[in-house]
Amino acid sequence: MNESQYGWWLPPNVSAHGDDIDLMINLIHWFMLALFVGWSIFIVFCLVRFRQRPGHAAVYEPIEARFNRWLEVGVAVAEAAVLIAFAMPVWAKVKNEFPATNTNPVIVRVIGEQFKWLFHYPGKDGKFGKTAAEYYADDNPAGLDFDDDDGIDDITVRGLHIPVGKPVIARLVSKDVIHSFKIPVMRITQDVVPGMEIPIWFEARSTGEFQIGCAQLCGLGHYEMKAKLTIESPKEFQRWLDEEHSALGL
Amino acid sequence: MSEAHAELGFLRKYVFSTDHKVIGIQYGITALVFLFFGFCLMMMMRWQLAYPGEPIPLVGGLLGETMVDRGAMLPNFYNQLGAMHGTIMVFMGIVPLAVGAFGNYIVPLQIGAPDMAFPRLNMASYQAFVIGGLVMLVSFLLPGGAASSGWTSYAPLAVFATSGQTFWLLGMLFLIASSLLGGINFIVTIIHLRAEGLTFFRLPFFVWSQLVTAFLLVLAFPALQAAAILQAMDRLAGTSFFLPSGLVVGGSAVAAAGGGSPLLWQHLFWFLAHPEVYVLILPGMGIVAEVIAVNTRKPLWGYKPMVYSLLFLGFLSFGVWAHHMYMTGMGTTMSTFFQITTMIISIPSVIILTCLVISLWGASIRFPVPMLFALAFLPMFGIGGLTGLPLGLAAPDAFLHDSYYVIGHFHYVVAPGTIFAMFAGIYHWWPKATGRHMNETLGRIHFWFSFLFMNGIFMPMMFEGMAGVSRRLFDPTIYTHAEAAHGLTIMTSWSAWGLALAQIPFVINFFWSMRKEERAEENPWQATTLEWATPTPPPHGNFVETPVVYRGPYEYSVPGAERDFSPQFVKQGV
Amino acid sequence: MSSTIVIPYQAEAHPLTGVTSGKLGIWIFLASEIMLFGALFSSYVLLRVGTGAEFWPSGVEAGLNVPIGTMNTLILITSSVTMVMSWASLKMDKLGAFKLYLGATIGLGSLFLVVKAFEYNAKFSHHIYPAVGWPEATDPSTFFGLYFTLTGLHALHILLGVLVNLWLLVWGVELWKTERVRFEGRIEISGLYWHFVDLVWIFLFPVLYLL
Repeated sequence: MNESQYGWWLPPNVSAHGDDIDLMINLIHWFMLALFVGWSIFIVFCLVRFRQRPGHAAVYEPIEARFNRWLEVGVAVAEAAVLIAFAMPVWAKVKNEFPATNTNPVIVRVIGEQFKWLFHYPGKDGKFGKTAAEYYADDNPAGLDFDDDDGIDDITVRGLHIPVGKPVIARLVSKDVIHSFKIPVMRITQDVVPGMEIPIWFEARSTGEFQIGCAQLCGLGHYEMKAKLTIESPKEFQRWLDEEHSALGL
Repeated sequence: MSEAHAELGFLRKYVFSTDHKVIGIQYGITALVFLFFGFCLMMMMRWQLAYPGEPIPLVGGLLGETMVDRGAMLPNFYNQLGAMHGTIMVFMGIVPLAVGAFGNYIVPLQIGAPDMAFPRLNMASYQAFVIGGLVMLVSFLLPGGAASSGWTSYAPLAVFATSGQTFWLLGMLFLIASSLLGGINFIVTIIHLRAEGLTFFRLPFFVWSQLVTAFLLVLAFPALQAAAILQAMDRLAGTSFFLPSGLVVGGSAVAAAGGGSPLLWQHLFWFLAHPEVYVLILPGMGIVAEVIAVNTRKPLWGYKPMVYSLLFLGFLSFGVWAHHMYMTGMGTTMSTFFQITTMIISIPSVIILTCLVISLWGASIRFPVPMLFALAFLPMFGIGGLTGLPLGLAAPDAFLHDSYYVIGHFHYVVAPGTIFAMFAGIYHWWPKATGRHMNETLGRIHFWFSFLFMNGIFMPMMFEGMAGVSRRLFDPTIYTHAEAAHGLTIMTSWSAWGLALAQIPFVINFFWSMRKEERAEENPWQATTLEWATPTPPPHGNFVETPVVYRGPYEYSVPGAERDFSPQFVKQGV
Repeated sequence: MSSTIVIPYQAEAHPLTGVTSGKLGIWIFLASEIMLFGALFSSYVLLRVGTGAEFWPSGVEAGLNVPIGTMNTLILITSSVTMVMSWASLKMDKLGAFKLYLGATIGLGSLFLVVKAFEYNAKFSHHIYPAVGWPEATDPSTFFGLYFTLTGLHALHILLGVLVNLWLLVWGVELWKTERVRFEGRIEISGLYWHFVDLVWIFLFPVLYLL
């Protein structure tokens, strides 16, 4: 991991939809800066120009309402523009446009518990076994129902591996309390709520090793609930997956 | 209700008083003590954040072994401090100060009333507040410590938490009862007890802000009451309102019926907590408006749009709550609705701020200490409000949610926002309440250092949030990107300790000014609103003669008038 | 410090609102109570919809006794009538009738609570409690969590109303001798509260017992 790529502003973006989000963040901040600088200049000007001194009295009704109306309308229009042209389409894309099956997305089940992340991949057959809360145990961290043949070859690991350039669908579940699956460099955050299985999708566009964190207070170990994210070439990813499958010794 | 008072004993006069001014001061002192306590909690947290694992200086040796390990903070204690800092500051500090203290003291005076509509209910509100506050503080002494699931007490975490959480729920029930009773009192008082001639659009903006705030308290708090009851049932009676089936905690299955919903808690909580944040800011805006009007010697610009904005804001504040829940897996339809309402609600806030700013144009500005705080409020609230924009849109919120950016955002609004407004109010009304002036030099030192350190604390947090650092982390160096931003954390911590020192001139001023002999006049700031028509300090019953109102609240520099101010209560030759 | 302050509109109506301060106050309080019970009813809706129709028992399926619930409903409705009669008696200067009707209201309210206690006891003796963890709870469910919480909170409100009316009947009535209009106002305010609590039950009963 290259520590020096992190600093006091946005971390590097390795996500396909990250550019849109970064564009929005930057655009909004320029807008904020413009408003703030505008207000501040006006305030300082007034404090100097209209300070109390001999020979200068206050004016009972100095300005007409039109000035303010233009400002208000301007702000409202700008906000509407940001909302309609950027915010809603970007969010709709992130939430709704899940990769189609013919793009061969990597599907992984992400399990949050106090205080670690588990990543449950399907076995060589590509199918997930049935899972249920009643099966959770120390030697069965994914809660697999071993009566289901599909699940016998599934693997559960502590680090998330994904191939670069291919979409990934993550199905998020929690065993105990609310956690939040956050990968800063992928620009994704998704609360993991017990009783719900929440799908999210993302696609990495450069390789590297990064960190996944928990972004919702989940108890004493919340601060150290991190996991490693490895983004590698599709070949390396497949090799890693094959190794994990063989390690099961089936 | 006619109350014939023979000479009252000490207890009836100062402890069990029904006089709104005494109650206001009681609220004020209690709230300031709680604010200081909440601040101390944060100062300890700031040590752990800046120097993780290092023994805490001064107090490390005094804390128990459930709190520190050889002087260095433990995660359990850190989480308690975090949850209680938020709870204490919001519910035991700001609301009682802004509404209980300033509202109670000033509103009856500004409307020309002899007291609140229900003086005994007022006393009961204060007592409920004290009981609630004590229950909260006592929880630190429990074996499992105080509540530690955030001031937001999300289920299921809070359902499984130690008994401190039950005390939190009980304390909240008392604090909520206090606010409900107070809210009813304010609404009836403002509607019924205005002096003759004081129509609604002649009310000072401060009174309007308290009226809207009271409605928010009355209509929003019950949702949290309901939620607290349900969570208490989950914790104590084994119900599963917030617990879904199949939970496994620490390897063992949770014995609960299931069928509940963690998101139900969030909906109920935020249904209150969003209007609550407007409760935190509106009284402050009211105070700033008063101080600006007095010290610009001209009417507030856009008084009517400001009032309509207040009403619109209050109404809308009930329709934005789920913008705190964008990341919970809600569909795009729901998030679109809340993004739209959230964008719309920013407009009345901008209107109010802009009107206050434009009020400076064409003015004759004086700069006593209250005005310094009021002026600083404007850009500080501006930053707080503006940083709400990227949070109010779901896409940027995906990155900034639950990060230090959020902490920076809301603190800019309440800390150099509301708290500065509170200071402005204290310095402004001090002469009326105590008959003395606060020392100007001490006040300026207090202001400038507070302003410097407030920004030193919260501006670095914006950058920390941008760098991806999450909230509520006991040790912020665990994550690489957080470690890279650790310099910002250290800046924040030293600024926090600096801010504490910066309050010393204020505390000195507080006590020192009481020892002076000289009495302030009735209307030292040459203001126009009714509170300045009373003797100094106002006696029981407030006004020597029942006041009559002849004009609006901000008739300063009226063309052709003798003086640069025409008080509401003086019948000049028209 | 000694002085006399008079707070207006304690006994006379304000020109703008047309009511006394006390009456305005109780209406605002009832608005907050609507939000409280509204939040609880909304929670009921959310939990029931979330659970799914096949898994949520109807009141009868869960074992609630509809005839007894109906009787309780009639008891409360009657008590609202006697409450109005007590206020009307005051306005007609009939102190004796007032005491009778208010006493009847208190009695009926207490009867409601007694019936409720029997109902609860019946559930407890079949080991139906709010939920898991209580001795030998059978088939605990979110339904009963809601049932006990909603009816329990409502019962607390009835109890409060009974106690306030009791105080008014025994001690508060002193005020009748010196300030009639103010005392009438207090009875009216207590009546408004009582009608509200009755109204909540009129929603609770069908939602829990019949649906």
